[in-house]
Amino acid sequence: MNPNRTVTALIAEDEPLLAAALKAALARTWPELRIVATVGDGVSAVAQALRLQPDVLFFDIQMPGLSGLDAAAELADAWPYPGADGEASAKPFPALVLVTAYDHYAVQAFEAQAVDYLLKPVQDARLQKTVSKVQLRQQNRGPYAINSEAHTAYTADMEHTLKQLRALLAEKSTPPIAGALRAAPLQMIQAAQTDPVGNGIRMVPMADVVYLEAADKYVRVFTADAEYLIRTPLKDLLPQLDANTFWQVHRGTLVRASAIDTVVRDENGRLTLSLRGREDKLGVSRLHAHLFKAM
Amino acid sequence: MLELMRAPNPKAILQRGLQAASGNTLIALFLTLIGTRGFGNNMVYSQCIGLSIWVLIDFTRLTLITNWATQRTRLLWIVPICVVLGYVMGLLLAGRLMGDDTVAFVWAEPRKTLGMLTMSLVAGAVLTYYFLSREQLREARTRAEALQRQAAESQLRLLQSQLEPHMLFNTLANLQALIGSDPARASHMLDQLIAYLRATLQASRATTHPLQAEFDRLGDYLALMAVRMGPRLNYTLDLPAALAAVPVPTLLLQPLVENSIKHALEPRIEGGSIRVSARQEGTAIVLEVLDTVAGPAGDAPDMENAKGFGLAHVRERLLAAYGTRSAITFVAPGLGKTCASITFPLNP
Repeated sequence: MNPNRTVTALIAEDEPLLAAALKAALARTWPELRIVATVGDGVSAVAQALRLQPDVLFFDIQMPGLSGLDAAAELADAWPYPGADGEASAKPFPALVLVTAYDHYAVQAFEAQAVDYLLKPVQDARLQKTVSKVQLRQQNRGPYAINSEAHTAYTADMEHTLKQLRALLAEKSTPPIAGALRAAPLQMIQAAQTDPVGNGIRMVPMADVVYLEAADKYVRVFTADAEYLIRTPLKDLLPQLDANTFWQVHRGTLVRASAIDTVVRDENGRLTLSLRGREDKLGVSRLHAHLFKAM
Repeated sequence: MLELMRAPNPKAILQRGLQAASGNTLIALFLTLIGTRGFGNNMVYSQCIGLSIWVLIDFTRLTLITNWATQRTRLLWIVPICVVLGYVMGLLLAGRLMGDDTVAFVWAEPRKTLGMLTMSLVAGAVLTYYFLSREQLREARTRAEALQRQAAESQLRLLQSQLEPHMLFNTLANLQALIGSDPARASHMLDQLIAYLRATLQASRATTHPLQAEFDRLGDYLALMAVRMGPRLNYTLDLPAALAAVPVPTLLLQPLVENSIKHALEPRIEGGSIRVSARQEGTAIVLEVLDTVAGPAGDAPDMENAKGFGLAHVRERLLAAYGTRSAITFVAPGLGKTCASITFPLNP
């Protein structure tokens, strides 16, 4: 790493005093670190991280807008691919440090996935350890040039982060106790229908559904020849669907596995699905790309 | 749980069988003392008859009485029928074992036969009563233990929900930050935390305090949250002086205010405001927690509010303190607003 290059960081913490305290603690333990932005919600965290591309992220877990974990996942999906948009070099995905006040299960998951984390109130001695770990990793990697070796390093780094995030998100979506009580998979979707004659319900068999797409608070349901809108958010629908029948290929997209025709990888590594029975092309997010490895 | 107790328990059945056999032995001894036959003969007859009766009664009542409270009167016909049937079966079996001509004996000695039948009826009734009362006792004890455990669990959950570790550690983190930058404010915040903790720990007991104290504790809690949330939380507490002394169950409103923070304000980037108020309507007191989210309020209010452990607890306490003359309602008085209101009589 170029010793003259300043390492930059972004702090996402919704409690103003705690953001200031973390900033002060970092000034003590890592004076050379430059905090490029401090934001108070998950949505701004993603936007600012994409804009400023810092080296280190300090994400609080509980934030309005998007949780720290969801923000990290969204950021990983949106992070520029190496060589994308004509950039000379791609910046590696930032080192992620998760911050939480108290969460027994989360901490267990962090330990299991070797994710860097801090517990609030943050103590200088503990922060020093995390800082040393992040510094060590920063020294071992620099900005990647466009050559195959660096590209491999980029991919390996990214894969590592994605694996951690996938494990953490999976942990979060299956509560340790309620896991046993799963209802039978959803058979029918009741879609509200407004037509000139009046309001009613359209019964759509799940067997006809090709894919589902989140649209704000709604979900768009696509069959081979029609499209419906339902008010149930995707996250409430997910536990009611059979994960082997419907694959989540993006944060907001569920697709019937048997309806996937081809998977095409472009030169940047981005995956696109084409479907049987529909013309639409669906993008696969990085977080879910592992579903499509050739056997 | 009680259903499980009902399932045939091999150990308990064996135990009852052994007790029945001991009873039969006593009867055999008694017959030997007053009669002319030998102990061995009496023992065979007594065990054959007694065990047949016991097997029939035990099997029948386990099958036919699944709900003790409503079906126990069935014993009035189960016991006599099983005793008569068991007696005949036992008599025939014992006669076969001993090589006696049972039928001839019954014809020759009708009085003895009837006497033994009567004795069997008495013994059957006494033993059945003994077994069942023991079982009832055991079940009652299990039920009492289950209830006790439930009460303890509920108490623990209440304490956990009030002393939510996430809230506690975040508050401590803020306190730590303030100690360096603003010691006077830190000291004030610590006072509020102490008052809040003290009230929370005392509230686990069923007590009441004046509305003024209730509003003071809510004030402490909201002040702690305001330090944490900064400009994202605005709040007002409105308690008319005339109602300050009205007694209420301790920290009755706390779960409602926490819900407003957790479900309405915290998930919003812009936060919002909370207004807690009390007023008198005729002979009733109305307490209200109204939350209003800031920024664009496009969504329907989240009625998730109406669920959850905290609220079940508020309902229970209201019911315990005022019975059916109290009520709790949730309404959405406007876009981005949720209002929880509690009504109870001023003079209960």
